[in-house]
Amino acid sequence: MKLLEYQAKEVLSALGVPIPPGRVARTPEEAAAAASDLGPVAVKAQVPVGGRGKAGGIKLAGTPDEARLAAEQIIGMDIKGFRVPLVYCEGALDIGQEVYLGFTVDRDARANVLMLSAKGGMEIEQVAEESPEAIARLYPNPWRGPLDFELNQLAWEAGLGQQARALVPLVKKLYRAITEYDAVTAEINPLVITRQGELVAGDAKLETDENAAFRHRDLEERYGDVLEGDPYEMEAKKRNLTYVSLDGEIGIIGNGAGLCMGTLDLVQRAGGRAANFCDIGGGAKAEVVENALAVILMNPKVRGVLMNVFGGITRGDEVARGLVQARDSLGMSLPLVVRLSGTNQEEGRAILEQNGVAPAASGWEAAQKIVELTR
Amino acid sequence: MAILLHSGTRVIVQGITGREGSFHAQQMQLAGTGLVGGVNPGKGGTTHLEVPIFNTVAEAVRETGANATGIFVPPPFAADAIMEAAAAGIGLIVTITEGIPIQDMIKVKDFLKGFPEACLLGPNCPGLLTPGVGKIGIIPQRFASPGPVGIVSRSGTLTYETMAALTDVGMGQSTIVGIGGDPVLGLSFSDAIQLFESDPETTHLAVIGEIGGSDEERAAELLASGTRLRVVAFISGRTAPEGKRMGHAGAIVSGNRGTAKTKEEAFRRAGVAVAETTDEIVELLTKS
Repeated sequence: MKLLEYQAKEVLSALGVPIPPGRVARTPEEAAAAASDLGPVAVKAQVPVGGRGKAGGIKLAGTPDEARLAAEQIIGMDIKGFRVPLVYCEGALDIGQEVYLGFTVDRDARANVLMLSAKGGMEIEQVAEESPEAIARLYPNPWRGPLDFELNQLAWEAGLGQQARALVPLVKKLYRAITEYDAVTAEINPLVITRQGELVAGDAKLETDENAAFRHRDLEERYGDVLEGDPYEMEAKKRNLTYVSLDGEIGIIGNGAGLCMGTLDLVQRAGGRAANFCDIGGGAKAEVVENALAVILMNPKVRGVLMNVFGGITRGDEVARGLVQARDSLGMSLPLVVRLSGTNQEEGRAILEQNGVAPAASGWEAAQKIVELTR
Repeated sequence: MAILLHSGTRVIVQGITGREGSFHAQQMQLAGTGLVGGVNPGKGGTTHLEVPIFNTVAEAVRETGANATGIFVPPPFAADAIMEAAAAGIGLIVTITEGIPIQDMIKVKDFLKGFPEACLLGPNCPGLLTPGVGKIGIIPQRFASPGPVGIVSRSGTLTYETMAALTDVGMGQSTIVGIGGDPVLGLSFSDAIQLFESDPETTHLAVIGEIGGSDEERAAELLASGTRLRVVAFISGRTAPEGKRMGHAGAIVSGNRGTAKTKEEAFRRAGVAVAETTDEIVELLTKS
């Protein structure tokens, strides 16, 4: 689950990370009220994606009127496909220095990596590319977490040894996001060192592991409804489907993530554009197929559907019967091309043909066929 | 010969009495696997699928001499099951379970450093199949046939498809290994390639990768240093959209690796043929 900035800050603040005073505003009036309480504020769009500053999603407001105006402009704007549902009004900081602090899962190392750099701010990726040595890294033991001396070393390696006394306990607090919330990425960038020498989280990003959601129902309950996501993805989630919206016209259903991604590749190769990624898993059960079709057909841009299934243990005739049944109960009239192979493929293909569904012998043939039918 | 799974491998299944575990344990028997027992705490002393059930892995190892396990335990308990198997001295731990929390797997990986003899395959993988000998996991054996082609893959159904297509053209397989699609995995592409390299019966190899991580790039580097195998690589997901990123941490760690393009280029640089479709995997393997 990707938390919004104010949510991430609430969580980190509860773990002891200092944050600036701030308030959520859902309307321009609430933003004005926040500014009259807090003084000059930054009005910040709340979206689960980076780059909002460059997209005009952050405005400084010296007065309540300016805050109202800023909120009027930001609430409802579209940032990289996300409608901004609310803004976070945050008191200004007396910035002395901006540093970078974060952790994520390093897939190659199969471990968590903590990262600290004196060169914080928006250009940190450039720093990583041009002078990787400017980012100090630590792979903490996952059973006991980072030890004081390790974090002290990390601070000195990052050129922040003078701040180690304050940094070490702060990093430990951030690290608790792993042990207490199953975070897979957490980032404080910038971590502001004020002119008074205090450490404050200027921004915060927090992403938790979907696989561990069963341990953190509280997060879902508290924050699950704030975001208005893609309507098809939300519907798919309700139906327990692995579904990602794309912006093309051909609906895709595949069983297995690799096969499904491979099908997207084939459609693009044939000159078409996929409307979605939808992996119905190895089993390809009739009920799941119907759910997948229902979600895909919600999207008015969809002009045809390609289904690519390899039946391993599931039988092709079952898949075919389930698909025909789903199509009929949904009253689907758009072109449908099915590539069915594996167990009982002949029986499955016969059932499809009898019911007016075009079977294809290979994924590539199916992709070409659906592109032609939807042109 | 094959790799990892041989005729002498003595296999148990953890979670054998569950719905999935039970079904696939039976399929494993049908594929010829030497299934010697199962583990389910509280059901020790009973029999299931004509093999004895034990309360703990340690007991199963003691009583049956098991040296491999297939794990079908639900996600909240799967990490513990892996560590239990390693601690009991199991050499090959195949974890089929999908949805294990990433932080659990990071702890498992650290724990396994104390058990260098234990080889973990997966999690979230289809397991492995040595045609004519047996399987641990869920790969459908009916599409496989014995022969010289090794397959190592991150995907399930794409693997089945490739092996079925190979069987159709008369090219059998030595061992089919699904390493799984999770971010934190056991056996890597490079590990599997090294095993195939030293298996005299394997002469050809299909490497089926996906976007994300850089296991494929590392495998390409390994292959660049020389191989006796005829290798074809395929990467799924070249048109997948980039995930919507929030922070910078991921980019700092992975840099510009991990895309289909970087992976394909790495293989080409290593002199490995790259297939653009799964049909082409078979074409390239059968050529010359």
